[in-house]
Amino acid sequence: MTLLEQFQLWLGSIWPGWAAYIVPAIVGIVIVIVFLLAMVIVFIWYERRLIGRFQIRLGPNRLGPEGIFQPIATTVKILLKEDIVPAKGDKVLHWLAPIIVFVPVLMVFAVVPFGERAILTDLNVGIVYVVAISSVSAVGIYTAGWASNNKYGLIAALRAIAQMVSYELPVVLAIVGVVLMAGSLSMTQIVASQNIPFLILQPLGFIIFFLGTVAEMNRSPFDLLEADSEIVAGYHIEYSGVKFAMFFLGEYGHTLAYSCIITTLFLSGWQGPLLPPIVWFLIKVFAVFSVIVWMRATLPRLRVDQLMAFAWKGLLPMAVINLFMVAAEVLWLSEFTPWLLVAVNFVFAGVLVLLWSRLFTLGGGRVEV
Amino acid sequence: MVIRTEPFILNIGPQHPSTHGVFRMRVTLDGEVIVDVEPVIGYLHRGIEKLGETRTYTQIIPLTDRLDYLASMTNNFAYVLAVEKLAGIEIPERAEYLRIIMAETMRISSHLMAVGFFLNDLGAMMTPVLYMWREREKLLDLYEMVCGQRLTYNYMRIGGLSQDVPEEFMPALKKFVAEMPRFIDEYDQLLSLNEVVLVRTKGVAILPRETAINTAASGPVLRASGVNWDIRKADPYSIYDRFDFEIPVGTVGDNYDRYWVRMQEMRQSVRILEQAIAQLPEGEICAEVPHLVRPPVGEVYGHIEAPKGELGFYLVSDNSIAPYRFRIRPPTLINLTALKDMVVGWKVADLVITFGSIDVCLGEIDR
Repeated sequence: MTLLEQFQLWLGSIWPGWAAYIVPAIVGIVIVIVFLLAMVIVFIWYERRLIGRFQIRLGPNRLGPEGIFQPIATTVKILLKEDIVPAKGDKVLHWLAPIIVFVPVLMVFAVVPFGERAILTDLNVGIVYVVAISSVSAVGIYTAGWASNNKYGLIAALRAIAQMVSYELPVVLAIVGVVLMAGSLSMTQIVASQNIPFLILQPLGFIIFFLGTVAEMNRSPFDLLEADSEIVAGYHIEYSGVKFAMFFLGEYGHTLAYSCIITTLFLSGWQGPLLPPIVWFLIKVFAVFSVIVWMRATLPRLRVDQLMAFAWKGLLPMAVINLFMVAAEVLWLSEFTPWLLVAVNFVFAGVLVLLWSRLFTLGGGRVEV
Repeated sequence: MVIRTEPFILNIGPQHPSTHGVFRMRVTLDGEVIVDVEPVIGYLHRGIEKLGETRTYTQIIPLTDRLDYLASMTNNFAYVLAVEKLAGIEIPERAEYLRIIMAETMRISSHLMAVGFFLNDLGAMMTPVLYMWREREKLLDLYEMVCGQRLTYNYMRIGGLSQDVPEEFMPALKKFVAEMPRFIDEYDQLLSLNEVVLVRTKGVAILPRETAINTAASGPVLRASGVNWDIRKADPYSIYDRFDFEIPVGTVGDNYDRYWVRMQEMRQSVRILEQAIAQLPEGEICAEVPHLVRPPVGEVYGHIEAPKGELGFYLVSDNSIAPYRFRIRPPTLINLTALKDMVVGWKVADLVITFGSIDVCLGEIDR
């Protein structure tokens, strides 16, 4: 029983039924939205400071202690900007796109387990819900690029469709591996079954899932949708003011959501000794986010055809092999000690990654015109 | 079934983060694939060549600073060499050596910017640029010591230099020269074998040897295509024949070779600097030259190996205080003509990095 359900039961004993049904839901939603907004502020600050360190400079350090209020000042600045709609753009879609991008991100948090019982709704198909909801964002990005009536935006929109669809497959196949081993689709059950984190049990699955999600949330080296050096800002080139803030929020929210999902699926979620569960959860989320920022600060961007090749020739076959491997292990090796699986899977992942890096190249790309 | 598609025209620039200034390209695209590129130049035209005809020979030096503003010292150098050749002026030894020191530090500085922004165009989000700025900053401090300026130096004079270097200059320069090879190794570690850099640049936008020669390309763009042509060796000017250095030459002529040649040239520049510091004599820094130089009637073409290629000045004198004709051969304008040959058939992302690999400076293209 989750904390919210307990609250609902207690409320039902003193209030009429309909109020006991609605009030806990609203309380839960408000808590999740506040958490999301607060974490996005902290994430923006953290990323800017961390990238500053990577780039041998300080990063924002003027507003408040260690510059912690800088994201708030940035937000105020963005919100005060004039809202510009392109004259020949599609006004309705232009208005709708940021919402389509942002709302699914918010909805993902409904099934993120922050603690043993701290979860909004413990859906029995939680992970399927996450996959289904988070891919709606791609529609919003495509809408934004199309409605802007801008050629850069259009290129970004076309890239968005290709990229999102391609990377959905390996990500889902990696999730299936986790589900097979956990024996459940529920997020709390997946966490509860990780006495050994799946990061150690399925290293290959983790690599595939991590790279796939980095591509899904458009962060470097897969940030082709924004690619400031090529298509300037991509799909949000014609956005300003509140609508741009929604995209900004959606992007960081997406990163936060996927950091939470990676933590839940592979890093044993809120589990950990001594410290309270929510602290362990946040430590792991920040660890995942730090790696993402590290990649962003270090790696150049891939080209669009190389990005596709990486998904279809690299990640997808490996994800399929990983799925069969995990299935076989669950079928035949489940009675042995899990540390046998750890040893087998690490060797397997290492061999497969080395093999793929020898067999497949991402180069080429010239077309006769 | 194949859906019928139409190519469309995309304007890249004049305001675009990767055009390195105010440059515009009319790109015809078939999806992401480039069908045609037409550079549109002239957004930064200031009429420097015409202005030069109304100024005395010394007054032109500040104008040359504004050509390739990332390598002002070599612009000064090329111009004063041309005037000295026209007027037949001998310059003191110490000035010669200091000029070489300035030219080679300028080459390092310019290449740092070129490589850094090339990586930025690749999408490495400012990190390489900021690492390279760390070194460039030290060079700018050196220039500030000798002339008080950080961008437009106006340091060289006809017959020598405007002033001698202050006493804190040489220790700082020696420290820089001692440290620099280690920093270049660091860049090599970070970039030269980076998997993403390799797949993005190897074999991309190849400029064949013949095309490079036919377009009169020069500098690292030409040498990356496998042509061993460096004016420092091919037509030695100043005192370059006294130094021992090599010309790095690429093999294929792709974007990686253009990047690689620049990295190697930085190492060679450090070698030249080491020798120049060791040999630097004491003495005068400027020859006795009248305030208003009146070269004899005639014409001259002086060229040097600027960081971006062959920078030439063509001067016609009618024995007055101002040149009758003042003409500049900017390296990057000529190199830019090879852009279309390189990028047709590649993707938009390759266009941006190829443009970065030419290392253009719009101050020089538009003059």
